[in-house]
Amino acid sequence: MTWLDPEGWQAVALSLKVATCATLFSLPFAVFIAHVLARREFFGKQLLNGLVHLPLILPPVVTGYLLLITFGRRAPLGGFLEQTLGLVLAFRWTGAALAAAIMGFPLMVRAIRLAIEAVDPGLEQAAATLGAGRMRVFTTVTLPLIFPGIIAGAVLGFAKALGEFGATITFVANIPGQTQTLPSAIYAFLQVPGGETQAIRLVIMSVVLAMGALFASEVLARRARRKMGGIT
Amino acid sequence: MSLSVSLQHQFDSISLDIGFEVQGGVTALFGASGAGKTTVINAVAGLLHPTRGRISLQGEVLLDTDAGINVPVHQRQLGYVFQDARLFPHMSVAQNLRYGRRMRRINHDPQAEAHVVDMLGIGHLMDRQPSNLSGGEKQRVAIGRALLSAPRLLLMDEPLASLDETRRSEILPYLERLRDEATVPVLYVSHSMAEVARLATHIVVLSGGQVAHAGTAEEVLSNPHAVPALGIRHAGAVLTAQVTKHEDDGLTQLGAAGGQLYLPQIRAQIGAKVRVRIRAQDVILATEIPKGTSALNILQGEIQDMHDGQGPGVVVALSCGNERILSRITRRSAQALQLRKGMKIYAILKTVSVAHGDIGGVPKT
Repeated sequence: MTWLDPEGWQAVALSLKVATCATLFSLPFAVFIAHVLARREFFGKQLLNGLVHLPLILPPVVTGYLLLITFGRRAPLGGFLEQTLGLVLAFRWTGAALAAAIMGFPLMVRAIRLAIEAVDPGLEQAAATLGAGRMRVFTTVTLPLIFPGIIAGAVLGFAKALGEFGATITFVANIPGQTQTLPSAIYAFLQVPGGETQAIRLVIMSVVLAMGALFASEVLARRARRKMGGIT
Repeated sequence: MSLSVSLQHQFDSISLDIGFEVQGGVTALFGASGAGKTTVINAVAGLLHPTRGRISLQGEVLLDTDAGINVPVHQRQLGYVFQDARLFPHMSVAQNLRYGRRMRRINHDPQAEAHVVDMLGIGHLMDRQPSNLSGGEKQRVAIGRALLSAPRLLLMDEPLASLDETRRSEILPYLERLRDEATVPVLYVSHSMAEVARLATHIVVLSGGQVAHAGTAEEVLSNPHAVPALGIRHAGAVLTAQVTKHEDDGLTQLGAAGGQLYLPQIRAQIGAKVRVRIRAQDVILATEIPKGTSALNILQGEIQDMHDGQGPGVVVALSCGNERILSRITRRSAQALQLRKGMKIYAILKTVSVAHGDIGGVPKT
């Protein structure tokens, strides 16, 4: 435990918590939106597509500021969430998770949408002729077939969440133990004299975590592919 | 059991206006590519919504555009065998076969399952993944999967079209068994006359977006006026014949209504009945018994009907006993021989012109 400061460990733990929550929470939405974009035709589809991709093309600080004026405690939506659910986002770790989720969302949707588009709609038709309703077609045919794509999307989202800095620091600031994630901690250490050692150790931690996530996803995706006999 | 279809649909440059009824057995929906066969079968399955139409099965309305009825695909309880098998790649053969039962919550009936698996010869494939199957094996599994979902009607869209000649002849006997052993009626889409002549009990011929001919297989195949729609090179009547003797020189002797037939060796027991397709273009006509000919088969008959079309050919229908044979000859020959209805005539058929694939089992009635 002496290798990193308590503050450093806190940042690592918080980052893992934020990234995991952000990924798990946004994954179902990402699958849903990806499915809608891949398989449905409707008015305003390009608008939805643009909206989903917005966090990818906007400066992160802008996204963070937009979150602040939407989910701040005095903002209408933020106030509403606090009164009804008791959920406070601004300057809390939950806000960091929201920022990370929104920044990672377009990456997830892109990966999952590609996977859905690669599934032969003929297989879904075949499932329907065998008695499967729309929901069961999705859970028994589409979902298993896009599993490698979902894993890839989740890893991308997770990695983005681990590294998210601009939107996070704008929306929830940089409070040690509360909102100080890995990148903000590295930034903070670099601001004080003699903090380089700790900063470099946190950098190493970041590399290890990111590589670990990538490795885990490879194993999962390979297992899924083997089950399908080499077809992805 | 009966399916009644009437629909109008506009697509590309063709407008379909079609109506027909399907009873039991195998009803072939025959027509050239682009005749609208797949549109019809997809409308029956519910995968395509026609501009206007009414489809009912066993009295239950599946589609009625005027009344605003459209039963969703998964509630129609029809089996569909696609041209490209469409097995689920993430499931084993056994899981594919049980998918329909799972979705329709049908009780497990090991006997029924064993019967289907046995009939299609797929018992040894159960643990394999679809990616390790040959094209013919995939198609057999797809047929089994559709059958095991307890369909009220089995739809088959060119199930053999994506297979090569060898695989096709390997699967045809299984389809004959399906026709004779399974009780489910089949709507079979095909543009192959050989398959239709081999399997169908009833035929609906589509041409130019309409039903050109419909009736039992024997009726439609022996109708000289249907020949243009069936394809002049491939059209031909089917005869029922009984195997009487296997000879040492590789020939099989059969007894048919109009006389004796010698065909290339047939793998069937003596006494077995077979259905032989005789292409109209392979039959030569003669007014008297020819002498010194190499042809082994000479059947005596009487001219019943003639179809004089646009081209240089004439199609002659002759009755041999209670069977009919078609012969396509030139108009010049027809005039030279002064052919007319009621005339006695000899039909001459080369033994080697009948291919193995043209000989199949007789449908049970």
